[in-house]
Amino acid sequence: MMLLLMASVLGMLLLLSMALGSVSIPLDQIISALLVGESDTAAWKNIVLKFRLPKTLTAMLAGMALGVSGLLMQTYFRNPLAEPFVLGVSSGASLGVALVVLSTGASGAAMIAGLGFTGDLLLTTAAGLGAGLTMALVLLVATRIRSSLTLLILGLMFGYLVASMVSLLLYFALPERIQAYINWTFGSFSGVTIEQLPLLAAFVIAGLLIAATAVKALNALLLGEDYALSMGTNLRRARLQIVLSTALLVSAVTAFCGPIAFVGIAVPHLCRGILRTSDHRTLLPGTCLTGGIVALCASLIAEMPGNNLVLPLNVVTALLGAPVVMLVILRQFRGRQ
Amino acid sequence: MSVPALQTLDLSIGYSRRRKGDICLARALNLRLEPGALVGLLGPNGVGKSTLLRTLAAMQAPMAGQVLLDGEDARRMRPEDLARALSLVLTNTPYPDLMTGFELVALGRLPHSDWLGRLTESDRVAVNWALDAVNAGELARQVLTELSDGQRQRLMIARALAQETAIMLLDEPTAFLDLPRRVEIMCLLKQLAHQTGRAILVSTHDLDQALRNCDQLWLMREGAMLVGAPEDLVLDGSIRKTFLTDGISFDEGSGAFAVEAYAGAAIHVKGSGIGETWMRRALERNGYRHDPAAGVADISLGQNGQGPEWHLTIEERLSRHHSVAAVLEALKDAGI
Repeated sequence: MMLLLMASVLGMLLLLSMALGSVSIPLDQIISALLVGESDTAAWKNIVLKFRLPKTLTAMLAGMALGVSGLLMQTYFRNPLAEPFVLGVSSGASLGVALVVLSTGASGAAMIAGLGFTGDLLLTTAAGLGAGLTMALVLLVATRIRSSLTLLILGLMFGYLVASMVSLLLYFALPERIQAYINWTFGSFSGVTIEQLPLLAAFVIAGLLIAATAVKALNALLLGEDYALSMGTNLRRARLQIVLSTALLVSAVTAFCGPIAFVGIAVPHLCRGILRTSDHRTLLPGTCLTGGIVALCASLIAEMPGNNLVLPLNVVTALLGAPVVMLVILRQFRGRQ
Repeated sequence: MSVPALQTLDLSIGYSRRRKGDICLARALNLRLEPGALVGLLGPNGVGKSTLLRTLAAMQAPMAGQVLLDGEDARRMRPEDLARALSLVLTNTPYPDLMTGFELVALGRLPHSDWLGRLTESDRVAVNWALDAVNAGELARQVLTELSDGQRQRLMIARALAQETAIMLLDEPTAFLDLPRRVEIMCLLKQLAHQTGRAILVSTHDLDQALRNCDQLWLMREGAMLVGAPEDLVLDGSIRKTFLTDGISFDEGSGAFAVEAYAGAAIHVKGSGIGETWMRRALERNGYRHDPAAGVADISLGQNGQGPEWHLTIEERLSRHHSVAAVLEALKDAGI
């Protein structure tokens, strides 16, 4: 019931996100552009199909991916502060981007441009490679260790390690290149072209499907690994499903949109607060929808309709996310007394 | 003898450490858990009770030998099959936010349900039966965070019951609970074993409750496992030997541990009523020995107009006191 309401809110936000923007386009023109690929002016059609549609869908997919991976991490690590980035996947992506942005000198940039790479695609590729390599590393570790706590600490340490390497690169980099790196860290839903969208969608859908197959194990893991094992959970398989799903979701989103903070940690809490349940059969679709809603809201707020100013996405998500996390922590504290 | 629900064949338990070599906690164990019996696993800390339970539950590999569940090697069973044969209750009771009592117990149905873990009507029947069996029907709709440790532990036991396994293993389920709750849980386990025919093994430090409720005890001490009816193990001194520690000993008369008496003065308390029993405890607590033959002082309980009165006789001199504390004071004044 609540899920249906969430789905309709998401639908409305999708429409709103298509309708609002710095150029005002009549609603009927937007719909005709979407449905039949035609509208009164070519510019409107271009704006709708080449900018607003990919941006809207990217925001929705990224929100879903981050929300669900946040839920997986919080349940798996049994820690309300766990988030999608604890496995270090986004750190890997940031290292990839930092290496490309900060280390290529003028000649290197020319060489890369000569290979047919242009700015955004190059960054996406670098981030994707960084995330992918980290993901392989995490999966390798996940099959060998025994406790989730080990994985959590290894992931955090890996994050610190990579962050220091990025800092080192920043320290020796040219100022204008640092600016380019920082721009990437702000996060954005607008960098994905309509041609790249299917790739992002494929990763996200694959990740969500894998997460769906882990629902039973996730419910068992609510009582911890020992109890989950005693209730028939194949721990090794469950760990692989959870880590693989998270890695696919997070690496795709980070590669295409940058490291988007707070959505992953805030959405599961928000969703539990709304649905009042710990059952993953409800929470998984719930976080999916809530994630989409939150990301679309953030995207809308960042663009500030009727204004040409565009705020960095991470500023908006943290502004939305931080109060939610604070509220949850305070409420939990009160509940335990 | 009936077919054992669980049997070990020359089982050695322990764990291996990298480079430092293996630690073997017990060898060549040939144990049997029978259906319908509550078995208590007792032993000093660190002797390997938890390791034994983990090995029996196939969560840990044996160093040697086998664990057979209904004749099948536990280590070769698939996780789902294992979970349909054996359930587990641990010391700590996790309580996820927002989960209700019913939902917790329903998790016990996971090994019986489809890939999404959906409950069928028969699953619901099993969950409700398990809730009733532990007298927790009224906790079904309550949120776990609002319950006490004892209530949550009862729900964890209901969850293990709902799992419908022939064997239940419990690792110190009463460790964090207050005394009435401990009594309640051990009585509950005894009833469940006898009424549902499950084989229940419970490790505990609560010797008193184990002696009162268990059909059989497994006494674990370094290198050996003694098995028998609780009373036999008391009478042949096994319990005394297992828990032998400096200054503390098991008193077969009272079935409890006592601090060994100091070599204090000997006193004779006449009579065997409740009053006399507590007077002996007071004396024991203060380091006096009880000796009917060679007491330097005699104590007896008498009456006067107002009520009971203690008669203390030291070297033929009688004094009268109205309380235990007053008697102790008088002994001290007399320099005894």
